[in-house]
Amino acid sequence: MSTLTAIDEAALLPAALREDFPILNGDVLDGHPLVFLDNAASTQRPRQVIDAITRVYERDYANVHRGIHTLSERSTEQYELAREKVRRFINAKEAREIIFTQGTTASINLVARSWGETNLKPGDEILATVMEHHSNLVPWHQVAARTGAVLRHVPLTPDGRLDIAEFQSLLSERTKLVTVASVSNTLGTINPIAEIISAAHRAGALVLVDAAQSVPHLPTDVTTWDVDFLAFSGHKMLGPSGVGVLYGKEKLLDAMPPFLGGGSMINDVWLDSFTPALLPAKFEAGTPPIAPAIAMSAAIEYLENIGLGTIHRHEQVLTQYAYDMLSQVEGLRILGPAPEYRAGLISFAFEKIHAHEFAQVLNDRFGVAVRAGHHCTQPLHKLLGISASTRASFYLYNRPEDVDRLMEGITAVQAMFAPKGRRRRTQ
Amino acid sequence: MPSEEELYQDHVLDHYEDPFHRGTLPTATHAHEDKNPLCGDVVRIELELDDAGKIVDAFFSGEGCVISQASASMLLEKVQGKTINEVKDFSAAEMLELYGPRLTPNRQKCCLLSWKVLQSAVHSPVGGAEKL
Repeated sequence: MSTLTAIDEAALLPAALREDFPILNGDVLDGHPLVFLDNAASTQRPRQVIDAITRVYERDYANVHRGIHTLSERSTEQYELAREKVRRFINAKEAREIIFTQGTTASINLVARSWGETNLKPGDEILATVMEHHSNLVPWHQVAARTGAVLRHVPLTPDGRLDIAEFQSLLSERTKLVTVASVSNTLGTINPIAEIISAAHRAGALVLVDAAQSVPHLPTDVTTWDVDFLAFSGHKMLGPSGVGVLYGKEKLLDAMPPFLGGGSMINDVWLDSFTPALLPAKFEAGTPPIAPAIAMSAAIEYLENIGLGTIHRHEQVLTQYAYDMLSQVEGLRILGPAPEYRAGLISFAFEKIHAHEFAQVLNDRFGVAVRAGHHCTQPLHKLLGISASTRASFYLYNRPEDVDRLMEGITAVQAMFAPKGRRRRTQ
Repeated sequence: MPSEEELYQDHVLDHYEDPFHRGTLPTATHAHEDKNPLCGDVVRIELELDDAGKIVDAFFSGEGCVISQASASMLLEKVQGKTINEVKDFSAAEMLELYGPRLTPNRQKCCLLSWKVLQSAVHSPVGGAEKL
């Protein structure tokens, strides 16, 4: 690397917070310190979250909303307190607008199946974008097939942002729902959510935001945005896997039929019929993810203590640094826009070297964990003319030194797989 | 955990850089193509089978990681001149053994892509019904 970017040390979080994360200091990779750059797939957990899980199971666990006994009351109280913490975290008006699900995918499927199948008619349009994760495309393929609605897609600008002019022209009275990621998990693009929502509302469409990649990294305010549905996952924000959230406006959720049927979601049941419970129980059939939801609220506390704005600034410093370094590598193509339009992730591709080779050698020799593949955005990769890319994604515990390890690894991979005039020994 | 020195042994990189029969086969009687949905690696295998079910010629094309492409080269070198029955008897475990370096479960999928494509290719006549 010829020129070094000046790092804004003042905007970085203290390195000491890494002490909160046991896995970062453990011996994961035979003597390599772990450089974890796969945070867009799933993050690691601080001691505070691990302790919350242990505490529930050691002291407070029983099923919720069922028992009269002490443990059921304790776990119910903590589970509902977790709901309240989520409400405050995303600035929803009512706790009953917070539905605990298994994750972002389950949240989107809930809206697709319950709202979509009830409200969409042949010829209606669902407007997604070409940068959506499979979890915000496939449920809509399924709903379109069942209802006769049409799925359309907002294209990209050449630099990998949403083409807002095209978005405006695709909006029409046929558009019933706009469904869009707040941050692209592949391009890193931060989409102008407030602008998208107000334009969609002017056209009479509802808006679902797949916020899996933004809630952990940027401030979220569902009331100011006036968003109709918002989906995100616990495991991408220091919480456990197996829990996520669907936020929905109360009047919309009230009008929707239940999705899954079973225990908890009923008011009264006869042998041949039932009446549904009120919100939020109506959409929480079966035993919910009790300990994961409680531990997710511990993750929220951890993030709030640092501040989402502070976390975003830290990630911006790392992203700018990584972007500058990667830009100097010959033959490397960065996917997506300039750092100012990005959240904390960068995907890149080489013409000659497959992403798997990067992920393998970065792991084995440098202890660097990155994602290699299509990151569940096959349509986007096809549009970009590649089958796979390598993705480095940052979080609050990453350091500029992690970017340095990544760059060392890239240099090593380039040397290792450069053509050397090798000949196969014939059998 | 296998290290990358083991994974990318010389004979693997030799096959990657100087593959056996990479290309297309205009005289192909059988062909199949598949991808690894996890990562997008693609392999296509084209075979010329004679009436006795012997592989007279075999070519592969595709794109993907070193393991997926080098293993395709090794596999075709191995089965050139063999019969369909010998191909059917060639197990996944034998394919991993042919490749050599120990692979983690996720990378085994890269290695077994060409093996799966070959197993289907012998049943997939070009532009017509199954003859054999």
